[in-house]
Amino acid sequence: MKHLDEYRDAARVRALAAELQRAAARPWRLMEICGGQTHAILRFGLDQLVPPGLELVHGPGCPVCVTPLELIDKAIELALRPGVVLASFGDMLRVPGSKTDLLSARARGARVAPVYSPLDAVRLAEGRPGEQVVFFAVGFETTVPGVALALRQARQRNVRNFSILSAHVLVPPALRAILGAPDNRIQGVLAAGHVCTVEGYEDYEPIARQYGVPIVVTGFEPADLLLGMLMCVRQLEAGRAEVENQYSRAVRREGNPAARALVREIFEPVDRRWRGIGMIPRSGLKLRPEWADFDAELRFELATGHVEESDVCISGLVLQGAKRPTECPAFACECTPEHPLGAPMVSGEGACAAYYRYGRKHA
Amino acid sequence: MPDFSLACPAPAPERERVLMAHGGGGRLMRELIEQIFVPQLRPEHETDAATLTLGSRRLAFTTDSFVVSPPFFPGGDIGSLAVHGTVNDLAMMGAEPLALSAAFILEEGLRLDVLRRVAASMAEAARRAGVRIVTGDTKVVERGRADQLYITTAGIGALIHDGELAPWRVAEGDEIVLSGDIGRHGIAVMSAREGLSFDPPILSDSAPVHREALALLRHGVRVHCMRDLTRGGLASAVIEIARAGRVDVELDESRIPVREEVRAACELLGFDPLYVANEGRFAAFVAAGDGQRAAALLPGGAVIGNVSAPGGGTVTLRSAFGTGRVLDLLSGEQLPRIC
Repeated sequence: MKHLDEYRDAARVRALAAELQRAAARPWRLMEICGGQTHAILRFGLDQLVPPGLELVHGPGCPVCVTPLELIDKAIELALRPGVVLASFGDMLRVPGSKTDLLSARARGARVAPVYSPLDAVRLAEGRPGEQVVFFAVGFETTVPGVALALRQARQRNVRNFSILSAHVLVPPALRAILGAPDNRIQGVLAAGHVCTVEGYEDYEPIARQYGVPIVVTGFEPADLLLGMLMCVRQLEAGRAEVENQYSRAVRREGNPAARALVREIFEPVDRRWRGIGMIPRSGLKLRPEWADFDAELRFELATGHVEESDVCISGLVLQGAKRPTECPAFACECTPEHPLGAPMVSGEGACAAYYRYGRKHA
Repeated sequence: MPDFSLACPAPAPERERVLMAHGGGGRLMRELIEQIFVPQLRPEHETDAATLTLGSRRLAFTTDSFVVSPPFFPGGDIGSLAVHGTVNDLAMMGAEPLALSAAFILEEGLRLDVLRRVAASMAEAARRAGVRIVTGDTKVVERGRADQLYITTAGIGALIHDGELAPWRVAEGDEIVLSGDIGRHGIAVMSAREGLSFDPPILSDSAPVHREALALLRHGVRVHCMRDLTRGGLASAVIEIARAGRVDVELDESRIPVREEVRAACELLGFDPLYVANEGRFAAFVAAGDGQRAAALLPGGAVIGNVSAPGGGTVTLRSAFGTGRVLDLLSGEQLPRIC
């Protein structure tokens, strides 16, 4: 498979691993921002190929994991309402809110439709004119253009029974929050390649400068990830802190200007609470006033209920790279994908799920 | 730094209702079987089929239900699938399929031409497999209470060997033989269900496997256990055998055949082909030294791993990079991902 086999070629991967071993003279701690990268690292066993002193920690890059409980509860409440169908990407359906998750709600009669694309949700609305279809819009910069396109299409076709519940989040504000924390331990960052295909990496340049941390835009295949680590380690060994682009086959510095323009036409930044982390200024996206008629939070009066907190789960620390999933006392005992205490154990991109699925040995 | 709280909300998991994932062939289905069916129904075996002795004849007996949606998909349909699934369950016990039953649950409003097509496909599949459909039943439920049609089959077959094919016979050194490429059925059904089209189209692997499976026994391959790879795919089948047989297994990723178009579709959808459903593939655990001979008897056959040691059922996948990862039962359905 072109563009895949060459980045999974065993000889190339082994050569890069050997190069990385030679390059890392000292121990370093790198954060891979994206949950997809965490999964790839563990799925391909790349953690077994890196130098022993090179610590890989994962960041908050799972949009499902950081979606606040209140929003999941709102989605479930909507799905349980007569005449409402809640559409969402599959990842979101298993993630627990404060009491239950969308799939369990479906077993109790809620109307929940997994979709592959926001445009599918618009088509769903067109096919059910007597019902309200709400798309639970979750994702980082990567998925926003698709949602924006769906909204534009819904307006053009006058689809009045379609709206979105926006849970979109942005990477750079979260990165600032992590690198700017007084106890930050992260020395280098692998930025998520697919996020940068849309937004480019100009926004990362002041971050690298301000915090003195190299940032390498990195893809998702084994060779991509090892090369990204190598570029990051070389910068650290040389005392540099710049933004470099490992994923140049897909990412340009300015990103995709058409997609960026579309997103800015429809969305604007808003302060957003991140699950397990807290409020991060201007880290979310909401619809601009001109598009407010598509905002499910305004269209439906939704209750904001009490949210119970666990004193066991450490997913907040995991999402900031301060702890590994396996350091959690609940990992793989009280907290499993079937009985999750936190979203990172259940989401398809979640760090705890990655460690559980790929790393855990059976007794 | 603003308001960085570190707590995580704890949900109360819902455990009082059946979820779709209970039917996914993964961990939740295992829980359902172990916690509800086994204590109440006390089956003698937890294999694809039971073995019975009637006079001097040793028979295999099995049942299966088919709820696939949509009923027609690239490379097959619910009718032929119902025949193949039951024939294959018998074959996995080392039995020559003799006769099937077929019960239909039909939704009010189902078009008769759909039913005719399904029945014709069943008849053709049975003819090709060399079995007869000897009895059946029909029920109709109100519109909205079923998804077009469901088929339940039962099958009976004659064992062609004197021994027993079961996980407890699996031993250290056994080689694991796969009968062909994996993942096509699941992707074909998914593409039909979701209106995704692949070019060229990915056709289901749905097929009877009894001739190949029985050929291993007839040619003297020392088969210890066989399992057809249905829901949950190759990974789930091997994990279940390893756990039931109390052995550890190593699989070699580079030897597991996955067609390029299936790999590409899996990448696109965020699925792992090792867990995608098949309906015409099986894995055989054979005695050390018999693997290559067994693979040569199967069109598309490959030795993909071996039993490394007695153990607790750990299945490790070795990559071409020399790294290893532990395979686990799926925790729920495979769902399309966000990004």
